[in-house]
Amino acid sequence: MSFDVAAVRGQFPILSQIIDGRPIHYLDNGASAQTPNAVLDAVRAYETTGRANVLRGVHRLAERATDAYENARVEVANFLGAPPMEIVFTGGCTAAINLVAYSYGSLLKPGDRILLSELEHHSNIVPWQLLRSRAGIEIDMIPVTVDGRIDLEKLPRLLTARTKLISLAHVSNVTGAVVDVGAVVAAAKSVGAKVMLDGAQRAPHGPLDLPSLGVDFYVFAGHKAYGPNGVGVLWAKAELLDAMPPFMGGGSMIGRVTFAETTWAPPPRRFEAGTPPIGPAIGLGAACKWMRALDWTGAHAHEMTMVQHLMDGLQKIDGARIFGPAGLQNRYPVVSFMLDGVHPHDVAQTLDSFGVAVRAGHHCAQPLMDRFDLDGTTRVSMAPYNNGGDIDALLTGVRHAARTLR
Amino acid sequence: MSDQLYQDKIVALAKAKTGAGKLAAPTKSARRDNPLCGDRVTIDVRLDGQGRIEEIAHQVRGCLLCQASASALASVAVGRDLAGITSVRHDAERAIGREQGEAAEPFSAFAPVAAHKARQECVLLPFEALKDALS
Repeated sequence: MSFDVAAVRGQFPILSQIIDGRPIHYLDNGASAQTPNAVLDAVRAYETTGRANVLRGVHRLAERATDAYENARVEVANFLGAPPMEIVFTGGCTAAINLVAYSYGSLLKPGDRILLSELEHHSNIVPWQLLRSRAGIEIDMIPVTVDGRIDLEKLPRLLTARTKLISLAHVSNVTGAVVDVGAVVAAAKSVGAKVMLDGAQRAPHGPLDLPSLGVDFYVFAGHKAYGPNGVGVLWAKAELLDAMPPFMGGGSMIGRVTFAETTWAPPPRRFEAGTPPIGPAIGLGAACKWMRALDWTGAHAHEMTMVQHLMDGLQKIDGARIFGPAGLQNRYPVVSFMLDGVHPHDVAQTLDSFGVAVRAGHHCAQPLMDRFDLDGTTRVSMAPYNNGGDIDALLTGVRHAARTLR
Repeated sequence: MSDQLYQDKIVALAKAKTGAGKLAAPTKSARRDNPLCGDRVTIDVRLDGQGRIEEIAHQVRGCLLCQASASALASVAVGRDLAGITSVRHDAERAIGREQGEAAEPFSAFAPVAAHKARQECVLLPFEALKDALS
């Protein structure tokens, strides 16, 4: 049976809006995806029937809130193929990376090395630079190939006995290229390094099986995965979480507090100081459940059909150039392009007048832009609810920009 | 609607590229980046003994609005000092709706930007760079 895009699209109320007489063609999913009714309903149910703080209350609403929050942890765990107690709710993907950089980072010694890549989002660069300033660690960088992939051929000679962690984007937020996780994990094991994947652009495209990937840490954002803002996830192997000190101190993360000494709660609570983002976490749990119910074989085929449609259309526009993999292999539906003679912001602004939402600029990946001497790119990032009409509207807008702005 | 943003006058200013390039021996230079969008403007000026601009050149790595603004600014900058450039900036601010009043040419062309708050910094970035060069 073919993938029923209309049925999926119908679950996202925002997509039926008309703005200035035009339908919405939302192709900025890499920045924030839209939210289905299943998520909206779950958040509304919490806010209207079970709103209370979690863990400490004995009243019925507190019990409902705690049950819903812990059920959300189970849903996220099921989505990742991991035990619930290895799931830490954070304020976002950036917060999750910072947690690892601070907490796991505190176990590192001066001279230890972290290996990143040239295409990382700033959120997987800057926390490590802060750690470098604090702890005297060193940062190494894997270059990128001309088609926007992490150049794993360069990996072996960048690894040293002091390399403690390789932290990479699972899928590039600029080029859509997916990294060969097996190759990274094998190389990391050869020197005893851990592997962290930034799954911000991968998680919105279907369930994962983290144990089979063989990585040690995984992070992703709720709002890019059809969930609410203000929540993200850190997954780490239990033995790593057990060894890590708290990132933030406060309520909920303690064993016993005296002025002489405080003991820590076991993970994941150790890393969830204060009142967590309860409603957003419940919404994210619903998003994970929604994603698990989707036909991802059909969705992926549909997404790749749209990518091909987009690439074919861009090829016919004079001066349009794709930055990233030219084919459909080992990629996700994030496509960046340049239009010669027209700045990406002007392309994006023109597209807005056609009802098309995209992102333009450096995509928080300035080192990658510098490497290729780019002012920026226009990025089209798709979700299963997008359709050929969205791509057609985009191509019409790009042709208009090419005709009028240069 | 954005279609109305890129009106002929703005596109013409950008395409005119008035003052685009570098000066061989600038008295002062300054560069300004917009960290949000990555636009970058570098301005070179040659000044007389009283701090008035004798020659100006700009390099813009940025959007059409930034290019158009740099071009418009270069077209009126010669003979002005910092106070004179500040006065011209008021025209740009009026055009994009940040100040009351009528904007003089050539900055009146930027009136459509008033409806696009996120793009107004693109228009003002060349002024920031020139202010740094003159300060």
